[in-house]
Amino acid sequence: MQYLVSVIDDADRIAEWAKEEADDTDGLATPDEMAAIDAFNDRLTADGHWVFAGGLAAPSTATVIDNRDGAGLVTDGPFVESKEYLGGFWVIEAPDLDVALKLATEGSKACNRKVEVRPFL
Amino acid sequence: MTKVDVGDAITQAHHEEWARVVASLTRRFGDLDIAEEAAAEAFATAVERWPADGVPPNPGGWLTTAANRKAIDRIRRESKRGDKQKEAQLLCDDDPPEPLGAIDDERLRLTFTCCHPALALETRVALTLRMVGGLTVPEIARAFLVQETTMEKRITRAKVKIKAARIPYRVPSAEDLPARVSGVLAVLYLVFNEGYLATGPGADPVRHELTAEAIRLTRLIRVLMPQDGEVAGLLALMLLTEARRTARVSGSGELVTLDEQDRGAWDAALIAEGHRLVRERLAARVAPGRYQILAAINAVHTSARDIRDTDWSQVVALYDQLARLDPSPIIALNRAIAVAELDGPEVALAAVDHLEDKLAGYHAYHATRADLLRRLGRSQKSRAAYDKAIELAGNSAETAYLTRRRDQLG
Repeated sequence: MQYLVSVIDDADRIAEWAKEEADDTDGLATPDEMAAIDAFNDRLTADGHWVFAGGLAAPSTATVIDNRDGAGLVTDGPFVESKEYLGGFWVIEAPDLDVALKLATEGSKACNRKVEVRPFL
Repeated sequence: MTKVDVGDAITQAHHEEWARVVASLTRRFGDLDIAEEAAAEAFATAVERWPADGVPPNPGGWLTTAANRKAIDRIRRESKRGDKQKEAQLLCDDDPPEPLGAIDDERLRLTFTCCHPALALETRVALTLRMVGGLTVPEIARAFLVQETTMEKRITRAKVKIKAARIPYRVPSAEDLPARVSGVLAVLYLVFNEGYLATGPGADPVRHELTAEAIRLTRLIRVLMPQDGEVAGLLALMLLTEARRTARVSGSGELVTLDEQDRGAWDAALIAEGHRLVRERLAARVAPGRYQILAAINAVHTSARDIRDTDWSQVVALYDQLARLDPSPIIALNRAIAVAELDGPEVALAAVDHLEDKLAGYHAYHATRADLLRRLGRSQKSRAAYDKAIELAGNSAETAYLTRRRDQLG
């Protein structure tokens, strides 16, 4: 059974980051957070829970495409302005929700952000 | 056997066997929805057949067999339709078979699944009443004053989430057990309080069906987890509260406060049972949790022949102990009520006034202030506090009591 663990970042923090580290293309996490995330990822791999993970660049770097009617409309920016954004995600393998929630609890600590757990169909 | 006897046998079987049937079918078919529907059909068949055929010698076995057949029928029907349902994920249970013991009762698995923290509290309550308590959806909807369709949706959504997100069907591991048990107890206490302090303009002041159901389910959890101190504590707390139920509301539907209750009308058997449980926990010499302390406070109250006979210093000491576990303003308010008896209303009022920031929206805060101000002869301030309490109170008996008290002020 696979679960998506979405990392929820808030817009204020992203705005703060944009002001301070506009040139930094490393991502939104601090070096300490990155180290904790790396350690957590190693554990996921060692325990057989790892499927995939990735951090995302700031929402302002997003581009929206709408090609439902074949027009291929391209728009700059995130598709919806919101207080919270997806900052990254894990896809984990877990036998049931209790295990997934435990891992997500550790993940939230490691990346220092809220996370949301959703099962894949 | 007369019709009445058969009716009683069916009611009894429903009380005793519903959770067991649902739990064992859930285990076998890995699907709460199938288990619930098949159990309901089996009981409906019993209602049809038992009056004519007689009550079977082993009603539980009969019902389980009937429900199993209904479940298999449904699965066959759906697989004929090529329904994907049959291939749906089974609720997972990867545990190796454990030695049979109280803790391994299937009904406990069912309860922990229904009270899983990934479900909203109101959902846990509804699901527990349906799956473990066997209440019908219309009954649960009435109990919580919501539309039947709303309640139906709430329960259906929960079943879908349990299946899709794979909420496990098992008793939590030892390390998670205390937190998860307290989650189950929170659900049961909420059901009890909704009965005891029923809210809503049209609602009866005390809804006995809910207090009785909460006690019944807590008794079940107590049988399943006899070593758990908080389970015993919650059961004792409920019994000692329920014992005063009839004395707590007057014939005219007005709240009767503890000091004015006819103690002879208290239920002596429930009090004796509650006291026994409290003594058992004291003898265990393990630091008590909040339900055990609340039960002990109620044991002090129910041990007193009248309000003057109450050991208030003991009550205050217990509230101090409780406040160390849970520094909530509501506990501080209740402590202040006991302090009023021990050190006088002036001291209590000072403590209560400290809580204004946190409790200004809570009717009991204003009712307590009103009473203390009345005892201090400050009628005008008391009246204003009664007005505020009446405005915020949701329970009809309480409103009637507060109104009379206000109108008696000079």
